[in-house]
Amino acid sequence: MTVTKEESGQEGADDKGDMPGADDGYVPSPRRLERERYKTARARRATTIAALSTLVTGAVLYFVVVSAPGWQVTKETFFSGQYAREAFPKVLEGLWLNVRLLLVCGAAVIVLGMLIAIARTLRGPVFFPLRVLAAAYTDFFRGLPLIINLIIVVLGVPALRLQGVTVDPVLLGGTALTLTYSAYVAEVFRAGIESVHPSQRAAARSLGLSNRQALRYVVLPQAVRHQVPPLLNDLVSLQKDTGLVSIGGAIDAVRAADIIEGRSLNFTPYIVAGLLFVALTIPMTRFTDWVTARMDRRRAQGGTI
Amino acid sequence: MYTARSALRRAASAATVALLATAVGCAPQPSKTASGKASASGNQSCAKGELGTQTSDRLTIATDEPAYEPWFKDDKPANGKGFESAVAYAVAKQLGYAKGDVVWQSIPFNKAFAPGEKTFDFDINQVSISAERKKAVDFSSGYYDVRQAVIALKGSKAAKATSIADLKGLKLGAQVGTTSLDYISDVVKPTQEAAAYAKNDQAKAALKNGQVDAIVTDLPTAFYITAAEVTNARIVGQFENQGGTPEQFGLVLDKGSALTSCVTGAVDALRKDGTLAKIEKQWLSDAVDAPVLK
Repeated sequence: MTVTKEESGQEGADDKGDMPGADDGYVPSPRRLERERYKTARARRATTIAALSTLVTGAVLYFVVVSAPGWQVTKETFFSGQYAREAFPKVLEGLWLNVRLLLVCGAAVIVLGMLIAIARTLRGPVFFPLRVLAAAYTDFFRGLPLIINLIIVVLGVPALRLQGVTVDPVLLGGTALTLTYSAYVAEVFRAGIESVHPSQRAAARSLGLSNRQALRYVVLPQAVRHQVPPLLNDLVSLQKDTGLVSIGGAIDAVRAADIIEGRSLNFTPYIVAGLLFVALTIPMTRFTDWVTARMDRRRAQGGTI
Repeated sequence: MYTARSALRRAASAATVALLATAVGCAPQPSKTASGKASASGNQSCAKGELGTQTSDRLTIATDEPAYEPWFKDDKPANGKGFESAVAYAVAKQLGYAKGDVVWQSIPFNKAFAPGEKTFDFDINQVSISAERKKAVDFSSGYYDVRQAVIALKGSKAAKATSIADLKGLKLGAQVGTTSLDYISDVVKPTQEAAAYAKNDQAKAALKNGQVDAIVTDLPTAFYITAAEVTNARIVGQFENQGGTPEQFGLVLDKGSALTSCVTGAVDALRKDGTLAKIEKQWLSDAVDAPVLK
């Protein structure tokens, strides 16, 4: 799409004759003009069709929903302005818990995940037990359903009545989230480390870098760069799963919506919570795109490596 | 190549429009019209054959799974044991349905209130009647006057509370979506945010773990918890009714259901002839009384 726009722009410029190259006395050939006119026409046609098609689809969807026999009831139950206004401040307050959990757990998950991934990819017989432990950890916590992990940690650990161990459901829930998600993220990092071609390591070693230096300066930077999109995928997923700490009674955005829904039997608070979650995810996705694009740009310039 | 692709595209878009159009066409018509409700208040017959139940000659009753004691027994609503199971069968009998004509359905608490086609005739699940909830569903008249009670571990600071003021500084918990939680936020107004659990089971675990100082449930449930489940806990006391009107459990029906008036009539008749009191005595006799917290 972008290409077509640029070309049609060029053509427009041609008409006014103020193209940067105009001073050179360059006159586009009739064949070129013809070609550009044709391309513009095609682009216009494509845009019109796309717009019309979108409009028709939108209108049909709208009428399907609005003409549904239960629409009035659905509207009152899911899109009530009164309940939306009541729910918004409470859900927002709950969302603040989700955001704090995301920030703390996200940082812990990345550090722990990276350490486990490195432990799994260490070479040398002396590291065998470490490799086995790391593999066992990822196997176990990736396989264990998060909700069961949460029940065990949030409700089971306090049952031990250990001195000095917190009973706060948010701290315990955050621990459970970190345990599960660091296993996922460790595998993401490991895939990244293993995707770096062995010749890179060999080249680094032949340049006199130690194994450790090769890992730090050659392997990891490439590994992390490859894995940014899947990594942020996991973080977005974590952001939504932070709500599961409500199993211990903590009031997050979804539980705040639960409370209002339970009293009123009106489901609008869930819609409010859902939209807030989406609103939280979109900047994160755009941020990922930006980070990836920046990394690509740097590499194109023959940047940091 | 171009024409082929264009034809394909045209076909695809035509198919999309056609599909959406059929979707409109196929949308089910509202099965229950307003007339159902209007006639319900009038001279509608409540005879067995004339009730518009989900399956004719059958009465479909819903409750959540698991079904908790003392409301049901052994998680088997169909055994007729437990207060709500007995009430359900009494209502069925009053409407002319024999025990064999009753079909039980397990419907999660929340799903019973979601708009859309209901698959049951009524739901019995310790649902408190409120004006706000009546906007979403129909209720029968109340079949049980319920009080909310506070439970704490024996010997704890919370167990010594004698007034609502004594509860203010404590960490309280209750199941979400219950009036128990409303009593915490509206009556106690604690200084610490109350914990809201998806199920009473988690609230009980938190109480045992010391994650909360006290939990609030309805009185019969509180008696069952302290007698059978968390035996080192005791009932601290019960709340007074808010605003003078007793809180009541009602049967939940679809909004505008044609059955509402008949079911209400059946419940009223059972209350009048003493059947409800008899069932209450049989299944909830343990839940006699508890000190009132003022």
